[in-house]
Amino acid sequence: MKDLSLNELKQGLKNKDFSSVELTQYYLNQIKDLNSQINAFITIDEEKSIQQAQQADQLISKNHFSELTGIPIAQKDIFCASSWKTTCGSKMLDNFYAPYDSKVVDLFNKSGAINLGKTNMDEFAMGSSNETSYYGVVKNPWNLDFVPGGSSGGSAAAVTSGMAPAATATDTGGSIRQPASLCNLTGLKPTYGLVSRFGMIAFASSLDQAGPIAKTAEDCALMLNVMADFDERDSTSIKRDKENYTQSLTSSIQGKTIGVPKEFFNNELNQDVKIILEKVMQAYQSLGVNFKEISLPNSQLSVPVYYVIAPAEASSNLSRYDGVKFGYRASNYKDLEEMYLKTREEGFGDEVKRRILVGTYVLSAGYYDAYYLKAQRIRRLIADDFIKAFTQCDLILAPSSPSTAFKIGDKTEDPVAMYMQDMFTISTNLAGLPAISAPAGFINKMPIGFQLIGNYFDEAKILNFTHQYQSISDWHKHLPGGVL
Amino acid sequence: MTWDIVIGIETHVQLTTKTKIFSGASTEFGLPANENACLVSLAYPGTLPVLNKEAVMKAIRFGLAVDAEIAEYSVFARKNYFYPDLPKGYQISQFELPVVNHGHLKINNDGVNKKIRILRAHLEEDAGKSVHGIMDNKTGIDLNRAGTPLLEIVTEPDMSSAKEAIAYAKKLHNLVQWIGISDGNMQEGSFRCDVNVSVKPSGSNKLGTRREIKNLNSFKYMEQAINYEVNWQIEQIEDGHDIIQSTVLFNPDSGETKAMRSKEEANDYRYFPDPDLLPLKISQNDIDFIRSSLGELPEECLKKLTVDYKLNEADASIIVSDKKTYEFYQSLIASGLDAKITANWVVGNLFAKLNEHELSIKDCPIAQEQFVLLIKRIMDQTISNNAGKKIFDLLWEDPDKNVDTLIDALGLKQVSDVSAILPMIDEIIKNNPEMVEQFKLGKDKAFNALVGQVMKISKGKANPGQVSELLKNQLTKS
Repeated sequence: MKDLSLNELKQGLKNKDFSSVELTQYYLNQIKDLNSQINAFITIDEEKSIQQAQQADQLISKNHFSELTGIPIAQKDIFCASSWKTTCGSKMLDNFYAPYDSKVVDLFNKSGAINLGKTNMDEFAMGSSNETSYYGVVKNPWNLDFVPGGSSGGSAAAVTSGMAPAATATDTGGSIRQPASLCNLTGLKPTYGLVSRFGMIAFASSLDQAGPIAKTAEDCALMLNVMADFDERDSTSIKRDKENYTQSLTSSIQGKTIGVPKEFFNNELNQDVKIILEKVMQAYQSLGVNFKEISLPNSQLSVPVYYVIAPAEASSNLSRYDGVKFGYRASNYKDLEEMYLKTREEGFGDEVKRRILVGTYVLSAGYYDAYYLKAQRIRRLIADDFIKAFTQCDLILAPSSPSTAFKIGDKTEDPVAMYMQDMFTISTNLAGLPAISAPAGFINKMPIGFQLIGNYFDEAKILNFTHQYQSISDWHKHLPGGVL
Repeated sequence: MTWDIVIGIETHVQLTTKTKIFSGASTEFGLPANENACLVSLAYPGTLPVLNKEAVMKAIRFGLAVDAEIAEYSVFARKNYFYPDLPKGYQISQFELPVVNHGHLKINNDGVNKKIRILRAHLEEDAGKSVHGIMDNKTGIDLNRAGTPLLEIVTEPDMSSAKEAIAYAKKLHNLVQWIGISDGNMQEGSFRCDVNVSVKPSGSNKLGTRREIKNLNSFKYMEQAINYEVNWQIEQIEDGHDIIQSTVLFNPDSGETKAMRSKEEANDYRYFPDPDLLPLKISQNDIDFIRSSLGELPEECLKKLTVDYKLNEADASIIVSDKKTYEFYQSLIASGLDAKITANWVVGNLFAKLNEHELSIKDCPIAQEQFVLLIKRIMDQTISNNAGKKIFDLLWEDPDKNVDTLIDALGLKQVSDVSAILPMIDEIIKNNPEMVEQFKLGKDKAFNALVGQVMKISKGKANPGQVSELLKNQLTKS
């Protein structure tokens, strides 16, 4: 069952090979068996999931099918879901129940999908290894001593280990693509504004974007068909006609051009990664795709620019966690100021505090121009580089992560080394562009992905290119079965 | 040493929109605590602001009314600080790029006209309220007001006395109500002023250090506070102390201003553009549409009254000090009444009575048709102005009465018949030779006394104008 695609699951439900309750119970059993080792889920609620599945079975019995009727998926614990606890991986929201559904959860509910549970994540999505979660590190199903990547490490680990067929995730600087790369999955970060941020707990508002993590481009396309929708409750949501992302998956890509940024393929790139990416290029050449060297001259500044802008926004976004209205409140304090201090001291973990401090600093009077304003200017230059590059190519090829997964604890003492995990993914967040990471092979038995970056709203093209690659390769079919 | 006073004012005007500036929650005042605190007002995780277009329209309306530039592109920023009644930990406001720039408002202070420059006006959200004293040792939070749209209107430091400051504040208060963007209710906090005050040696080019008097919501207190603050600053400087830039509060009980604890104001607000909101873009079409619905502004109405109706500036100013009064006055004129007589009646008798009873024009007990009839009877000389006042008072007491019935019942119809008045005049001339003598020596007083005598024997019914005219004729004849 666990190697079936979403389409195959849909077909199975249609053919009555299994019911939604059976399917849901299968995954819940998988979670029961595996989650204690992997720690991919923060919250599971069998009763609720089964109840949803029963409702789906009733619809199926009447032949009422929507996009994902009866199919269970996992939700990253950053998406508010009414009657489900939503923690965002933080002690601050350890007992937080939102009385509303995020737009993403609402769309999945309407599509008939079953919520399997809420997946673990780095605290407030700040991290690249899932080690900052208040609920403990998530282990990489390919080797339990290794990290799954982050911040959507729980979603990635759940899907690759067969605890869920697909999951939602979010990507602020690479949080969908890097765990996808490290867990042998396909993960898509859509264009900023394509998926509503309503009810998705904010980390850095101008960068946060929700997307799917699944086994294949085809599954991602099905997920995106549900997720992409205009929402008037999010002012940055973009109003446009709905697209069908599965429609063009099989279109020929003969004669198309993929750009290769010379700044990403220099001597600093890990040789093993380079060899793997060259094999990806050969596969595309066999599909009739041309390669062209392009330049993204400002992309090297992405990491420092990101680590000014993201913490700045985060420092402000996280001010609401003050113990006054909801979430954690320190139990002993003598006055208001001490309540603030203790609540935030006790409620936030180290990485979150580090970013709040950095963000507060770069926005302070006297530093704003030198940091925040300058970072915004470079951000514009980074975006302009991409816009220029897309006049010469259809998509851009890049590494997804600088290496395969690293060992748990390896980088926790060196935040900058951790931040460099996102060196190939961050520039697209800064530019607001869509990008995918898909399985490209293995180095020392650990998976690694390649990244395709597209122009604004070119998700269909990205999924088409990835699907074409997946139709002549089988990396995405490898499962960590032997390990577990 | 003499001193120049320099005053600038920042006014927070609550805009009358049905819903809050960034959410669909109601703005209704006076509801039980937190009744209007929706998820956005409570800053629940994942909730996002969505701009209320009505608030933008009202800001544009104001900009056009003060002849300002409307920014095609303006930006909402976050002003970050922690306070329990500020649920997000930041206030959404406009900082570097406000929606309204460079307007002005003309004021008239003791007959002197002055242009007060308006530097900017920007949109922002109001905070909630901390409620003290309900629970023991605890502070309550009421977020009903959190997110109510405000327009903050900032002047240049163009006022040089408390009186000018009040004239500006009153003019602004009238304007925002006139153009329908605010109810101007000062008790409910819909119109609150922060006044920046500094002093400098007369004629000096260098501005003194200012102190800001926060949150004044009455013109009376504003005047008291400014006067106190000015005297305090002058005393300090004359005693050799420096003024330290600070925020002060006015205590109406003591009549004094007092600096807030420095901790309460030591804030670095870390402004930056709010990434949850797109820049606000306003098209020329929007501006033209709003301009076309703006209607006559107080300044134009004032001009109409002084130039076309030939009213004096003082009366005209009072009539345009409130849109309802102006509309009332215009409706009187539309019923065919004389502009000047009507202005005298509205500004003099009617306003005196309304003020005495602390009523506004819409609460006037006298029906408009009776008021019109009363002025008509004065215009057509059926009754004298004095008789009119008598009837006015009676109508006020008993609004069901009718003007004509009262005239008849009280026998107030004045005698304008020459054949009836002449014998009375002749009699008075005959009986008062000394006064006639005085008159001939040029004493006006004597003439007035003679008129008084005639009025007296007519029992007040003779038309005083006619008595005066006939008496003059008879005296010069004799």
